[in-house]
Amino acid sequence: MTHFALVSYYEPWYAQIVKAVVIFAIGLQMVPVILLVERKLLGRFQARYGPNRVGPFGVLQPLADIGKLLGKEQFRPSTSIGFLYALAPIISIVSAVAAFAIIPFGDVQDIFGTGIGLYGLDVGIGPLYLFAFGAIAFYGLMLGGWASGSKYSFLGAMRAAAQLISFEVALALSIVGVIFTAGTLSLVEIVEAQRGMWFVVPQLVGFVIFLIAGFAETNRTPFDLPEADAELIGGYNTEYGGARFASYFFAEYLNILVVSGIAATVFLGGWLLPFGLDPPGWVDPLVVLAKMFVFVILFIWVRATLPRLRYDQLMSFGWKILLPLATLNALVTAIVVVATD
Amino acid sequence: MADWNPGEDVLAVQRGPEPGGAGGAYRAFGETLRGLKTTFARVIEGPKTIQYPEEKVPVYPRFRGRHKLHRFEDTGLEKCVGCSLCAAACPADCIRVVAAENTPDNRVSAGERYAAVYEINLSRCIFCGYCEVACPFDAITMGHDYEMSDYNRSDLIFTKEMLLAESLERTPLRAEGE
Repeated sequence: MTHFALVSYYEPWYAQIVKAVVIFAIGLQMVPVILLVERKLLGRFQARYGPNRVGPFGVLQPLADIGKLLGKEQFRPSTSIGFLYALAPIISIVSAVAAFAIIPFGDVQDIFGTGIGLYGLDVGIGPLYLFAFGAIAFYGLMLGGWASGSKYSFLGAMRAAAQLISFEVALALSIVGVIFTAGTLSLVEIVEAQRGMWFVVPQLVGFVIFLIAGFAETNRTPFDLPEADAELIGGYNTEYGGARFASYFFAEYLNILVVSGIAATVFLGGWLLPFGLDPPGWVDPLVVLAKMFVFVILFIWVRATLPRLRYDQLMSFGWKILLPLATLNALVTAIVVVATD
Repeated sequence: MADWNPGEDVLAVQRGPEPGGAGGAYRAFGETLRGLKTTFARVIEGPKTIQYPEEKVPVYPRFRGRHKLHRFEDTGLEKCVGCSLCAAACPADCIRVVAAENTPDNRVSAGERYAAVYEINLSRCIFCGYCEVACPFDAITMGHDYEMSDYNRSDLIFTKEMLLAESLERTPLRAEGE
């Protein structure tokens, strides 16, 4: 049943490179857009405008932010471990970009006579690949916090470690139901399996668990304990500034995109549209992006609404509620799949 | 622990119900939805921000802003007669008045004397309005201007000419019932 990289078409080597560059560029362009959308929307949720001074309607604000950050001094505390301190943000950003590669933006399209899949790569172990890179991303946070040589960073890193490990279990188990139903680990085939009905309907519990665990995985409110600006200043990135902080920031928002993309792919039918709509192939990436944006807006909405959990609440919520629920969901799905097969 | 009595004056703390299991989760979920509804209502309401430099908060008619000195509208003579009552009333001691005699060919005010020097140090002024109350001729009143920041302290000492002049920009006045 499980097969590795079932490729029924041949992609030339240059297509792979072009695809990689294009997808990286899209990811890179999306981050400032969400940054702006987040700040504008957060403003609206708080009955204010948000940034509106730089450029028309404040659209150049992310550019100004990035410009400011890049212009800053490369500072590091004297207690830090230089090599690891510099390495940590790179690990974060690399793992985020790598995870972004598996989000399918569309099926195989015929572009100038060559079949090209609109995704970075279609690995036969899609979700496992995602969680593997999620686990590596956690090294970025952990090393960053530890190598900074600061109490706040260290506390933030510890929290991040515990939180990411606890919620990754629930996150993985919440997708298991979908994998059982679809009978494949390839994200492209999971999307194809949703032609009749999006998995959000039969796997509603899994979807909700995935969303909640996704919030925790991306360190977003109400689970932003690793950053907890009020008590830990900035958590693992307290001692970071300038371009290194920018890369942490970038990785964080890219992770939000990745989780949104996976949620859209696995539960909302990827590039498929409801009511039998079948637009031409070039619309597919736009459909996926639109679905991703729905999740991004949800992320922002929740951030504007919910306060931070207490640490013990977070842990007991992850282990005592989400994990049993996710396990139960997987079990019930397995029984149903076997019984109806 | 059960029979330990902390004393009469210690109040028992009222606590909410324990979160509990499934019921607690259900309640938390409902409350989350209620919170989301609350924040979404703010989006529909629209921003409440006043874009300050372009848009100004209208002041009330009795707002105590920067002082103004007045002239008689018919004769154009200054109302101030240099009595220094304002300076005497000023708790911050920011008003300096030097009086001089009116002469037939140099008639500045309606009274016997006039203020040859009238300075208010706005960096000291606390905008209490006592000068306005003390003035027997309503020569000084509190205006509506509140944008008085400057780069030098010495620029904040307003002279008689500056106080007599009409302010360049009118501060918007709050309409009735606004």
